[in-house]
Amino acid sequence: MIELKRITKVFNMGKPNEFAAINGVSLFIESNKVTVFKGPSGSGKTTLLSIIGCMTRPTSGRIMLADREVTSLPERFLTGIRRKTFGFIFQQFNLIKGITALENVMLPAYPMGETYYPLKKRALETLDMFNISNKALSKVEWLSGGETQRIAIARALINNPSVIIADEPTAHLDTKLSHEFMDIIGRLKGEGKTILIASHDPIVYESKVIDRVANIRDGIIEE
Amino acid sequence: MTVQRVVAGRHDLIPIRYIDKIKGIRGIGLIKGRLWGYYFDPIAGANYTLIVPDDFQYGQGDIAIGKGISRSRLAYEGDIMLFMAYDGALVNFKIRNVLSSESELVSSDLILISEKDFRRLFGISKEYATDLTVKVRNQREVNTITRKITEIYPDTRVITKNEILRTYDTVFNWRGGIVIVIMSGAVMAFIVFAWDKASGLSAEEKGEIGILKAIGWETSDVILMKFWEGAVVSVTSFIAGIILAYFHVFFASSSLFEPVLKGWSVLYPEFKLTPFIDPYQVSTLFFLTVVPYTVATIIPSWRAAIIDPDTGMRIS
Repeated sequence: MIELKRITKVFNMGKPNEFAAINGVSLFIESNKVTVFKGPSGSGKTTLLSIIGCMTRPTSGRIMLADREVTSLPERFLTGIRRKTFGFIFQQFNLIKGITALENVMLPAYPMGETYYPLKKRALETLDMFNISNKALSKVEWLSGGETQRIAIARALINNPSVIIADEPTAHLDTKLSHEFMDIIGRLKGEGKTILIASHDPIVYESKVIDRVANIRDGIIEE
Repeated sequence: MTVQRVVAGRHDLIPIRYIDKIKGIRGIGLIKGRLWGYYFDPIAGANYTLIVPDDFQYGQGDIAIGKGISRSRLAYEGDIMLFMAYDGALVNFKIRNVLSSESELVSSDLILISEKDFRRLFGISKEYATDLTVKVRNQREVNTITRKITEIYPDTRVITKNEILRTYDTVFNWRGGIVIVIMSGAVMAFIVFAWDKASGLSAEEKGEIGILKAIGWETSDVILMKFWEGAVVSVTSFIAGIILAYFHVFFASSSLFEPVLKGWSVLYPEFKLTPFIDPYQVSTLFFLTVVPYTVATIIPSWRAAIIDPDTGMRIS
């Protein structure tokens, strides 16, 4: 369960170009549900996901994560929460080039200090869940769009997070791959994950796996 | 010190009788005439240095030659070598010895010859020597004795041992200079490289750090990774450089620098260096290269790693 209480986020505060990306958003996100934040570019979707994912702090307001207030925690604790609770899927998937798919999937787990071989085994199992373990040793720049997408999802899942955050995940995918992505989201929901997606793609917000669509415009939720 | 006679500003043969008067100066030890000179061999196209040693162990008609001469003339112990004397007559010498390769750095183009043969070859009468060598017992009397000699014989010049050492220094310093120029280039390249690293990361590297932060890496994790990355790159390069340098110097006889570093004569000496590694030099090089490079990689990584993790969300 995630609860946002009167969250605001102001960029360039006190400067002539000051602007509020989020304007007093209060929201209750249930566990094991798929929530889509739908809105045009610049509406504040990415900022809201960043705040929920403990990547950036709100200017004001509070975030409750499973009844724990996380807004005031020091950076080190926020990083810990981010590692264990959230898995991120970025708009361009943001895999690191020059290393293999397997190494990309293992990256979020490295700071946890887990020994190499059990981690590698787990990463291969995660890749296998998406039928892509045969590409484990391929460099990511050699992979197709669909393969890249599945590697990015596997990376988000490596630390077994309870919440998956995806920012415009279908923005660079064709229709077939976008439907495939939503199928995977359905599977993850079936496994008990809470999923938050920012998107203005109808394939996403009209998908039957979606439990809730929150419209966001000018930093305000309009449900 | 060495006493030479000068005629019209040029070094000339010195009469042996000069010894008698110079010997009378107080403070002078041993004084004797020396015979040495050069012989141009048109076959090898090289100048040989001929010296009459005090203790020449072979007889008249015998010579000992340096390794370089032996190589260029394909002349070995027991062979006969033909020289053209000052009057056009051909003179035969039997090679009794080829000087050991251990002394090749100084003896590559050297011929040791008896006094009689030397005088015959160059037509120098018994009354003359090439120059005189004078031993002075007290180092502090050198200047006074020099003055006294030139007072007695104004047509002489006195060259002290220190002056000779200084000349050698000058001769070899330009070689050192060339090496310094090459080394300066290498050092500058290293500084530019390290500066490039220290002055900032590429947009791609910054993006990567942003992604790592976004997927849960802490600033310290990023810095630690970049530290190891810099350390592995610099230590590997350092070790590779040391190994290459070792092979270059001790197996390839420093072939890149050979023309500059070995001797100045036409006949370059050929010699193998004895492998030796000075731990002090190696550790100095290590601390001058590996440490600055590693530090240079950490600073920009730290600057990039303190960005907000949500930057990773916005990389396009």
